[in-house]
Amino acid sequence: MSALAAPSRVQRTERMARRRRMGSFMTVVVWCAALLSVVPLILIAAHLIIGGARVLSPTFFTALPAPPGVSGGGVANGVAGTLVLLGIASVIGMPIGLGAGLYLAEHGRTRLATIVRYLSDVLSGLPSIVVGIFAWELIVRPSGQFSALAGGFALGMIMIPLVARATEEMVRLVPVALREAALALGFTRWRSSLQIVLRTALPGIVTAALVAVARVAGETAPLLFTAFGTPFWSLRLDRPIAALPLQIYNYATSPYDDWRAQAWGGALVLIALVLVISIIARRVTRSRFGAATGGARGD
Amino acid sequence: MSAPTYPTARTMSSAERPPRSNARGDRWVGWGDRIYGALITACALAIPLLLVLVAAIIARSAWPAVSTVGAELVTGTTWDVPRGQFGALPAILGTLASSLLSLIIATPLALGVAIFVSELAPPAIRRPFAFLVDVLAAIPSVVYGLWALYVLVPFLREVVMPFLGDTLGLGALPLFKGPAYGPSLLAASLVLSIMILPYIAAVARELLQAVPRSQREAALALGATRWEMVRDAVLPYARSGLVGAAILGLGRALGETMAVTMVIGNRHELPSSLFQPAYTMASLLANEFNEASGALHVSALMAVAGILLAITLIVNAIARWLVWRMEART
Repeated sequence: MSALAAPSRVQRTERMARRRRMGSFMTVVVWCAALLSVVPLILIAAHLIIGGARVLSPTFFTALPAPPGVSGGGVANGVAGTLVLLGIASVIGMPIGLGAGLYLAEHGRTRLATIVRYLSDVLSGLPSIVVGIFAWELIVRPSGQFSALAGGFALGMIMIPLVARATEEMVRLVPVALREAALALGFTRWRSSLQIVLRTALPGIVTAALVAVARVAGETAPLLFTAFGTPFWSLRLDRPIAALPLQIYNYATSPYDDWRAQAWGGALVLIALVLVISIIARRVTRSRFGAATGGARGD
Repeated sequence: MSAPTYPTARTMSSAERPPRSNARGDRWVGWGDRIYGALITACALAIPLLLVLVAAIIARSAWPAVSTVGAELVTGTTWDVPRGQFGALPAILGTLASSLLSLIIATPLALGVAIFVSELAPPAIRRPFAFLVDVLAAIPSVVYGLWALYVLVPFLREVVMPFLGDTLGLGALPLFKGPAYGPSLLAASLVLSIMILPYIAAVARELLQAVPRSQREAALALGATRWEMVRDAVLPYARSGLVGAAILGLGRALGETMAVTMVIGNRHELPSSLFQPAYTMASLLANEFNEASGALHVSALMAVAGILLAITLIVNAIARWLVWRMEART
């Protein structure tokens, strides 16, 4: 180093200017990348609102699907079916996810917990269509019948890792002192876990569970071979059931203009449903009880 | 030097631990803990069990096709159901091509978003912007498909493809050859890249935010500009995790079904040009599974599902490992 002549003052200011230019240039690049990334969101929102508003009317929510060529018709059975499917999925996915999350939080660093945590991350990366095929093989094929139950099972399976990891995160935010205080007061482990720790973490867990529901509400692929869809009104659990995402898919890929127009309406309703669930989820965290854990999460 | 540490329930050996009973000496007390422990353990074990079950059931159902069709399943290029020819190579390559292409498009943008949100954006717009990107992740796949089918595909067919092919003269290259179909490998890759961008960006953002403050401050103290701090201190620290984030996006893209099925054109041919229709494993399953004719057809589709499962599991396992290693270090 000492052999080199020290850079002159001019050279130094020149280099500094170049570095500053590079900095400004990259800042502009990053800004452009960020703005470009939200362009699709704006476009999709605009098209959804324009396309959806054309078919939305009160009857769209109360009418059953109309045959091609017949104007009118709605998605009443699809909305109801989606709610039923989400109900089944929650009944299956939430308790298992919650239990697994509690296990992960309580057995933090043991080998089994590490494996389960890793596999639950892997499970959440499972292609949803493979989950659908699995549910078909497990439930539809033996029973010889597409059913709401099979569809709900597939969605529930997708929920498990989501709820598990979120529960673990929330339970870990509860101060250890709280648990130790409960134990010191003579609480048994299970009562301190459920009545003290879980209760403290509950708002955060409810939020996470609702986010999981919102996430599976739009799933279509797992329902193709399980819930199957139907143009009729049906809420029976052992029969095929309509679902909003399935209707959107069928309408969008159909050759009929009426149906294609309705696909936009259906999509708008589906997005609205997802948003409403997400907003409720955020509200829960911000409520009075959420101050303990929701605030700590910082979002 | 440090405060004395007192034994807690966790650090005490089982011999030191006080006996588990409460003041009343209720002998049922231990049972509550045992039942609770057994229940949550069972829930936790359900996760590996489900994974094993998925793999086992799909392998069992795929076996008839694997034993009949054999290696042709992954090397054959003809998918002709009536003749019993089940070559899934076009779908396998189509899946890989569309996913890799979407990764190439999405990764730089997602990295840009992550750097923007965690480093460069004015504090006031960081959270609103992160929220917008999160909303992008919440849009269901079928809605992306609908939008892509009626907005993106016509736009590609009428504007982008003629521009790339004729105006820029890229049509002479094999990658862009052929007439401009709307539904195509390009359309599928573009919609996939829009879909995986928020996932990659979310993971990358968290990784960047996990880089210790001291790294940034050290870089700034040495006279680095803001960008040099990002390039020389923040990004290298998070490098392996960022690679993991990108691979996580790849895993998503591989298994994505609805949007791709709606815009890729679903043609059983080896993908050769961006402008031509292609096929993916997931869309093959979506299109044919319900109309499968005969046991062999079902079994062959199960085999395709198995291949898809294997590829995504491997990709996800690698990605998670990379992200975990990075997170464990911080």
